[in-house]
Parts: sequence; C-alpha cells; structure tokens
Amino acid sequence: MELSLSTRTVAGRRVLDVGGEIDVYTAPQLRERLVALVEDGARQIVVDLSRVEFLDSTGLGVLVGALKRLRSVSGDLSLVCPRERLLKIFRITGLDGVFTIHDSVGAATSGTGEAGEPTAAG
Amino acid sequence: MPTVRLSFTPAPAHVRTARLVGVAVARKAGVSADLFDEIRLAVGEACSRAVELHRQQGLTDLVDVLIEDGEKFRIRVVDRAPIDAALGPVLPDLPDPATLLDQSPPLTSRAATPGGAELVPEEVVAVNMRLALLAGLVDEISVRPADDGRGTQVCMTWPTAASRGGGAGRP
Repeated sequence: MELSLSTRTVAGRRVLDVGGEIDVYTAPQLRERLVALVEDGARQIVVDLSRVEFLDSTGLGVLVGALKRLRSVSGDLSLVCPRERLLKIFRITGLDGVFTIHDSVGAATSGTGEAGEPTAAG
Repeated sequence: MPTVRLSFTPAPAHVRTARLVGVAVARKAGVSADLFDEIRLAVGEACSRAVELHRQQGLTDLVDVLIEDGEKFRIRVVDRAPIDAALGPVLPDLPDPATLLDQSPPLTSRAATPGGAELVPEEVVAVNMRLALLAGLVDEISVRPADDGRGTQVCMTWPTAASRGGGAGRP
C-alpha cells in the first residue's frame, strides 16, 4: 500500500492525515509534505496516524525532524495515534516521551490537554 | 539451507517486498501470529539498514534475505558493505530520545558515517531508532560478518510451533 497524505484545518491547526505505510521508501514524501506545510506558515501541526498500517525508523526520523523544525520556529507538532501496534513503536524507542500523542484528532485540537487526561470542560 | 531466499537491488522500494515475504514464510512456518508485526518491522529495519549501507558505499550488489524454517524460524539479512562501515551505524551509542531534540551537533549539522557519506538529521535519528527497535523487538539478534566474509549479516530468530513444543509435526 502506498502512502496517502491529505491536509485539512481543524480549530486553527493544520491536520495532516496519513494513511498506508511509512517506511524507507515512502518517508521522503511525508518529509516533503511536512516541510512544505511549515514553509507555508503552519506552526501548529497535528499528524493523524490513525490510518497508518506500518511505521518504521525512517518514519520516526521524519516525525522527529518535523518536530524539531517546528520547535525552532516556536511551533509544535503533535500526533494522533489510537492504535496499540503503532503506540508500541513509540514506547520501544522512548519517543512516547518526546511527542504529545493523542487518541483522536478531536483531542489533539481541543486545547492543550495531554492525551488521556480529562479536559477542563465539564 | 534456506527455505526461501530473496535477493534484491538495494532500492528502498524493495524493502516492502522483503517484509511481505518474511511474514508470509513465517505464517507458513507456524510462527505465532502474535509475532507477525514484530517480524514485519524487524525485517524492514534490517533490510533498510542494508539498503542504506549499500547506497552510502555506492554498492550495486544485491541484498540477500535468507529465511530458514527449521527448529527455529531464522531470518538473515546480508549486506556487502565493508565491515567497518557497517558496524558504525549499527552499534552507535543509543542516546536518550529526549535529547534528540536539543542535540544540536548531530541533528542540525550533518553527521558523517564511517564510509564518508553524510546523513541528514532525520537519518541520524532513524539510525538510532532502528537500533532501538531491533533491540526492543527481537529477543535473539546478532550482527556478525557474512558467512563468506564479505559484508555483515543481521541474524534474527523466532520460535516456531515446533520449537515451542506445541507442534504437531510437519505435513
């Protein structure tokens, strides 16, 4: 399965929906899209990995690179990752402590709360 | 004697093929389905490593994947890069991931590999994450010189139904 990429804006944040497989072959496409978003002025980016079937170290490198690029311009990047099989990869590499990971786009765009924490509303 | 042998030109597009073959043979070998994700990722990482080594060294030699369905399920991924070039990227000091973001020298400047090729920051992170994934995913893994002495092989093994003691014999 090839990589699919599409962007939308939710609550003032750019959301990049990713589907398919992120690996050594497809990761350059993801990198290019993230670089283009930042160059276009996006500063708060949410990468939605809900439809990603496979993620390898090359993909992790691209995500860390994008986070670093955004932090250098006072921006931020967060991830949406509801599936255990991908979360495990972030845990093994320790990157779950580097990224803010939410379980839905709604949670990622609704404020500053960390995934899993109750929201301030209600 | 490998059960399945796959050789591919060192191009990223073929790494997916190797992943698919690895899991398909594992399924046939009676490896627990719980391990398929691990095998898919580990084969991909080992093959990506080999492809990158060949590209850094300008080698067009094929990358070999040798899959053996014996007492244990064993996958070997063999590259043809000089051993000193191969051991640098595979055995770096693993940084604390939290430092990846503030580590200016390796991430903002380009880091040189032992072979002289340069890695962009994302690739530096990827090399470190690859090691963490392989070490974290595969219980039995070794990196050693290839059997014919040219290049290195990443050797990974997993239990089969037979080696777990639950096998009903081969058909």
